[in-house]
Amino acid sequence: MYVLSDNFAAFREGFVNTVELTALSALLAVVLGIVIAGFRVSPVPVLRAFGTTWVTLMVNTPLVLLFLAVTLGLPALGLKGWDSFWLAVMALGAYTSAFVCEAVRSGINAVPVGQAEAARSIGMTFTQTLGQIVLPQATRTAVPPIGSLMIALAKNTAVASSFNVTELGSVMKTLNSAEGYNIFVVFFWIGLCYVVITFAISGLFRLLENRLEVVR
Amino acid sequence: MSDISPTAAAAAPDALVVLSGVNKHFGALHVLQDIDLSIARGEVVVVIGPSGSGKSTLCRTVNRLETIDSGSITVDGRPLPQEGKELARLRSDVGMVFQSFNLFAHKTVLENVTLGQVKVRRTDRRTAEKKARDLLDRVGVGTQADKYPAQLSGGQQQRVAIARALAMEPKLMLFDEPTSALDPEMINEVLEVMQQLARDGMTMVVVTHEMGFARSAAHRVVFMADGRIVEEARPDQFFSNPRSDRAKDFLSKILHH
Repeated sequence: MYVLSDNFAAFREGFVNTVELTALSALLAVVLGIVIAGFRVSPVPVLRAFGTTWVTLMVNTPLVLLFLAVTLGLPALGLKGWDSFWLAVMALGAYTSAFVCEAVRSGINAVPVGQAEAARSIGMTFTQTLGQIVLPQATRTAVPPIGSLMIALAKNTAVASSFNVTELGSVMKTLNSAEGYNIFVVFFWIGLCYVVITFAISGLFRLLENRLEVVR
Repeated sequence: MSDISPTAAAAAPDALVVLSGVNKHFGALHVLQDIDLSIARGEVVVVIGPSGSGKSTLCRTVNRLETIDSGSITVDGRPLPQEGKELARLRSDVGMVFQSFNLFAHKTVLENVTLGQVKVRRTDRRTAEKKARDLLDRVGVGTQADKYPAQLSGGQQQRVAIARALAMEPKLMLFDEPTSALDPEMINEVLEVMQQLARDGMTMVVVTHEMGFARSAAHRVVFMADGRIVEEARPDQFFSNPRSDRAKDFLSKILHH
């Protein structure tokens, strides 16, 4: 019954890897999401079309399929040498970026159009208007939904266990199949690990929200 | 329209803004119909007319916040560029003041006035701040420099907005109903700043319902109705002796009390 103490090293490795996978995919998703949101509101039709296509593709593809496409597709296209961890970061980051993009875009749409008009009227370029005026004001609206997306992302990292990545999901599978521990106890400890991560994320975002409230 | 005011006739050789044959539609609405208008350097043109007559749209086409369907607009002899860096450069030379102020809500008053100088003109921060403080003093809100726009009254916000536009040292200032969103007692403090600007020789296009300002500060009144320029005249002529029935009707509704 001593699953945790017997296998502490495995649990720790799984926990750390899940945290790393979440953090790096989150970083990729947020950066990419903001860039794609910029594309979607840009005056350049090609960029807008690219943004729309990207979001449609990522939002409508099941995550497992996307993992398959990345882990099999990229090496087939000649991009060899990435280990499965980084391939998982790419798949999770790309997938989540589409949702982040839409959250950012709804934030952008919540900023009164006069703000951008004023910025343009003093000669700011599209990039300056977006970066200096619109995005800083869009953040307050976009942060709460992005928080939920990051929690979803933390849980989605479990899909990576099917693609050769050691994380909490794969620890659970190993313990369940091999050692004959009580399956519910294993569930409990793994579940608790995820709760720690997701509560940490929601705490972080609550902090961010409060911080942004004070600014205005 | 052959006997328009002497200012307009004299304007042609030294015109700063020339609109010719400008048309624009909003869906089925033909909001600007064959607009020809030329504005001389240093001239103050007041555009008046009933709601929906296209005056604001006309004002916004000059710095291409509204695109046009046909015709041409030149500013300082150059046609308006398409979207991009060239257009941004042109806009930095054309100040604009909006009905709803549109101060950057997340920036202080001082930052509102320095931002364009630093990001667009590449002025160093110290110089930009000095100039911003001078301008804020000039429009009478120097003591509010470190506040956020939401902490200011409408009249103060609009004067900051004028300072923000002036910080770019524009060749021309566009005012799109600058006092329409203000409480009555705040209208004058904004109009006084505009009067001073007019006296200093700034070229101004002012869309407004303030007939007092039109009378005292305008060189020329442009009267619009249903997307057309119906009449142009010197203010004294226009207000005492309007030629078109449309203008007579409009003035009778607003001037008799």
